[in-house]
Amino acid sequence: MNFSILIHENAEVFVKRSDPAQRAVLFAPIGAYLQALRDAGVFVGGAGLEPPQTATVLNPSGNGWQVQDGPFADTKEQLGGLVIIDVPDRERALEWARRFPALPGRRLELRANLIPPHQV
Amino acid sequence: MSEAARLAVERAARESYGRLLAFLAARSRDIAAAEDALADAFHAALETWPRDGVPDKPEAWLLTAARRRLIDAARRAHVRHAASDELQHALELAQHDADEPEMFPDERLKLLFVCAHPAIDAAARTPLMLQTVLGLDAARIASAFLVKPATMGQRLSRAKTKIRDAGIAFAVPRTDELPERLDAVLEAIYAAYGSGWDDIAGADPRRKGLANEALELGALLARLLPAEPEACGLLALMLYCESRREARRDAAGGYVPLDEQDTTAWSQPMIEEADRMLVRAQRARRIGRFQLEAAIQSAHAARRHADQVDWEAIALLYEGLARIAPTIGALVGRAAAVAEARDAATGLTLLQSIPSNAVAGYQPYWALAAHLFARLGRTDDAHAARERAIGLCEDPAMRAFLLRRQN
Repeated sequence: MNFSILIHENAEVFVKRSDPAQRAVLFAPIGAYLQALRDAGVFVGGAGLEPPQTATVLNPSGNGWQVQDGPFADTKEQLGGLVIIDVPDRERALEWARRFPALPGRRLELRANLIPPHQV
Repeated sequence: MSEAARLAVERAARESYGRLLAFLAARSRDIAAAEDALADAFHAALETWPRDGVPDKPEAWLLTAARRRLIDAARRAHVRHAASDELQHALELAQHDADEPEMFPDERLKLLFVCAHPAIDAAARTPLMLQTVLGLDAARIASAFLVKPATMGQRLSRAKTKIRDAGIAFAVPRTDELPERLDAVLEAIYAAYGSGWDDIAGADPRRKGLANEALELGALLARLLPAEPEACGLLALMLYCESRREARRDAAGGYVPLDEQDTTAWSQPMIEEADRMLVRAQRARRIGRFQLEAAIQSAHAARRHADQVDWEAIALLYEGLARIAPTIGALVGRAAAVAEARDAATGLTLLQSIPSNAVAGYQPYWALAAHLFARLGRTDDAHAARERAIGLCEDPAMRAFLLRRQN
């Protein structure tokens, strides 16, 4: 069963990420975490995202889209990345989510992925 | 006056909740109904005590009020389902008992056995004990076990329905059943302690709180079952661990490994109490998992006098533990002890003999592997294992400690 760990971060965390000196400190434990997921055979995929101000937002307009510069919404926290894992149940998913390095200004959201219709 | 009455209600709730509930539930065999009745009784006390004064025997007063509500509820059920007269009778007797304070027996032991009954979902046992014996609310328990309050509420109410409908007896198990049934009770109490202990960072005061509640349950069990060495063994184990709580962090909140802890920061009274419990347990001459684990912690505690650790003794105790309770923790602990008592290579061989599928997500295994590889000069292997240990960390202080070593 696939779960997504959505990583929401506030502006300060995004600032740290852009600073080469702090970047290494911030990413070292995440690298270890992702490796542990791979070694345990639960890693499905994921990505770290560039900061929200680099986003391009597409809003509905008529039958198509209106393209604008981001960020998408003016919220305190923005999506910073996500990890998808394959585990037997929510308890296991939570166990892995708890191991994601904690940081002030970072919040996690654990959501089950929809099961594709052909797998139901 | 009203303030004094309110405090009296609070004191009664704190000191007597578990005893009152156990007494009512043992007679009605319906925990949920007993809880409702007791909650009503406490509400009634909050209304009447400020007005009429605190009764001479607050417990008896609460019991009478709760019993009346149980009888009313049973009568209503009687009308609906033609319920048993037996229940009525039991409740009348309960009233009689309650009128005589010395006749108000402590039924909490029975309640503990009911909570950890094999028919009850293992995940519900510890929460059920915390709720019924200590009176913790479901939201608080849910936060300690990291589940949603609604989920915990459902789990608890399912368990209570099961107890009522399956007719699980409120009784201390027979001698032949006792060891197995007692194991479940011990496990459930230890699980509460573990959930508090995991949060060694103390980031969440609610989780730290559960360690105290587990100690309370452990002390209660040891008092109610003085002849059972494992009950004393569990209490000793928890006390040894608890005695080191303050020493596990330096002033900056950094992780301090056991062998580097300042022994003067260990709680002397807790260690002494643990020693007493362990001695008492060992008098029964029936060894068990919790006594062995407590004895291992006792050997570590001895460092405060001897300034060194008897690793041979610890290795031997782990050997015994691995034989009767070969948990992954015991096997990793044995490898660590053997590495200290003999040499790193022997320890590593033992460590690597643990099935690899069992250790994929077990952080202490990788931390120990990194340590032993480093001692053997296998730098690359040490680096890889430490990386894995870092990735599996839940505790930020432990993660920071390992990251420092990694660089």
